[in-house]
Amino acid sequence: MTKGNAKRLHPLPVRVMHWTNAVAMIVMIMSGWGIYDDYVIIHGLHFSSSLRLGSWAAPSLLWHFAGMWVLALNGLAYIVYGIVSGRLRERLLPIHFDALVQTVRETLHFKISHDDLTVYNAVQKLLYIIVILAGVSQVVTGLLVWKPVQFSSAVALLGGFQAVRVDHFIGMCVIVGFLIVHVALSLLVPQTLWAMLSGGPRLRARVDSP
Amino acid sequence: MKSPFRPKTPPDSAILDNHAGQIRLLERRGLIRGGLSLGALAMLTGCDVTSDISVDKGLRLMSAWNDRVQAALFDPNHLAPTYPASMILKPPKFNAYYDITKVKPVDVTDWKLELSGLIANKTPWTLERLMSLPSSEMVIKHICVEGWDYIGGWSGPTLRSFLERVGADLHAKYVAFKTADDYPSSIDMATALHPQTLLATQYAGQTLADPFGFPVRLRMSTKLGYKNPKWITAIEVTNQYPGGYWENLGEGWFAGI
Repeated sequence: MTKGNAKRLHPLPVRVMHWTNAVAMIVMIMSGWGIYDDYVIIHGLHFSSSLRLGSWAAPSLLWHFAGMWVLALNGLAYIVYGIVSGRLRERLLPIHFDALVQTVRETLHFKISHDDLTVYNAVQKLLYIIVILAGVSQVVTGLLVWKPVQFSSAVALLGGFQAVRVDHFIGMCVIVGFLIVHVALSLLVPQTLWAMLSGGPRLRARVDSP
Repeated sequence: MKSPFRPKTPPDSAILDNHAGQIRLLERRGLIRGGLSLGALAMLTGCDVTSDISVDKGLRLMSAWNDRVQAALFDPNHLAPTYPASMILKPPKFNAYYDITKVKPVDVTDWKLELSGLIANKTPWTLERLMSLPSSEMVIKHICVEGWDYIGGWSGPTLRSFLERVGADLHAKYVAFKTADDYPSSIDMATALHPQTLLATQYAGQTLADPFGFPVRLRMSTKLGYKNPKWITAIEVTNQYPGGYWENLGEGWFAGI
C-alpha cells in the first residue's frame, strides 16, 4: 500500500460521527440539567440557568426529545461502523492489565506521552470503552425513564422508576467526567484535536511489515 | 511541585534568550487555538439558540413527530403495574399550576357533565347518574413530568364504558376535557379506551376530596400526571386537535409513559 492512499487515523465517517456526537451529547447533557432541576436527585445540587438548555423544563424536554434521535442514531451508526470496519477492535483491544497499571503509574508521574497518536495507551482504551458503554446505557435507561409503563418489566428488573432515573443520572455523571478529561487532554495535546478535524497521520499499513 | 512540562535538566540560559521571541509566539498561537475551541463550545450553550423562533418551530415539529412515535409505542393491551392498597399515599400529592390554597371547590348542586362533539347522546350527566355506572378500581403509580412519583388508589367508571354508553364515535382521534379550574386537556382515543383510564370519583375508597378533583377527574395509568385534568365539567369527542393547558405552553401532547 502506498503512502498516498493509506488509511488515516480518523477516517472521514469517524470525524463526522465524532463531532455530531459532540454536539448531540452537549445538547443532551445541558437539556438534561434543565429537566433535572424540577426534582433533584442529589439534595442541594442544582444546575445554574446558564448551564441549562431551555428557559424552563418544557423547552428543555423538547431539546432532550429532539437530541435523543441524533444521539441514538449517530451512536448506532458509530457502533455498526466500528464493528464492520474493525476499527473498535483495532483501536480499543486488547487491553492488558499490566499495561494499564504501567500507564496509570506513568500518568501519576506526569509522563504523558503522545508521540504516536495512532496508538492508544491502556487507560485511553479503557476510558473510550467506558464512555461508549455509558452512551449505550444512557439510551437504554433514557428509553425506560421515558416509557416506564410500556417497558414495565425492564423497569422492575432495574429496581423501579426512581432507580432507573438515578441510573440515567449516574450515566450522565460518567459521560461528563469523561468529557472533562477528554477535552482537557485534547487542549493539552492540541495535535489530537487537529487530528479529529483533519484526519490525523496516515496509518502504517500492516501488510508492509514482513 | 515541579512542573511536569519542565525538562529535568534546564537548558543553557543563552539558548532560552536567543529563542525568547519565538517561544512567546508559540504560546500565543496555542492560546488562539485553545480560544477557538472554547469559543466553539460557548456557541453550544444555547442562550441565544433557544429564543430563536425557527428553532422553537423545529423543536415543536420534533415533538409532533415524537407524539406519533409514542402512539406507535403505546400498547392498548398492556396494563401498568398495580400495587396493594396498603401502599396508597393518603392524601394524594397535590400539584397544579396554582397553590392548594387557591382551590375553588365545585358545588355539585349545579354541577353537570356537558357533552359535545362526535357523541350520539349529548344529554348532560348528573353526578348520581355517573355514580350509578359500574365502577373499576386501580392502585397505580402517578408519575409527574418533573420526575417524582407516588402510588394512588382510584375508582370510578372506565372512560371507555362511559364513551360507549353515550354513543361516542370511538374512531375519532381525540377526547378533550374542560374543567372548573380552566385546565383544558386532551388525549388520544387509544388511551381513552385503555382499561386503566378512569373517570375517577373516589380515592382510596373515599369520595374524592376537593383539592383532588371532586366530583370527577381523569386518571390514566399510561400518561404523565399533567394529562389528568381534575374537576371535569365537559367532555368532547373530536377530530380537531384540542391542545391543552401545559401543551399550549410547550409540554409534549401525547405524554405517554
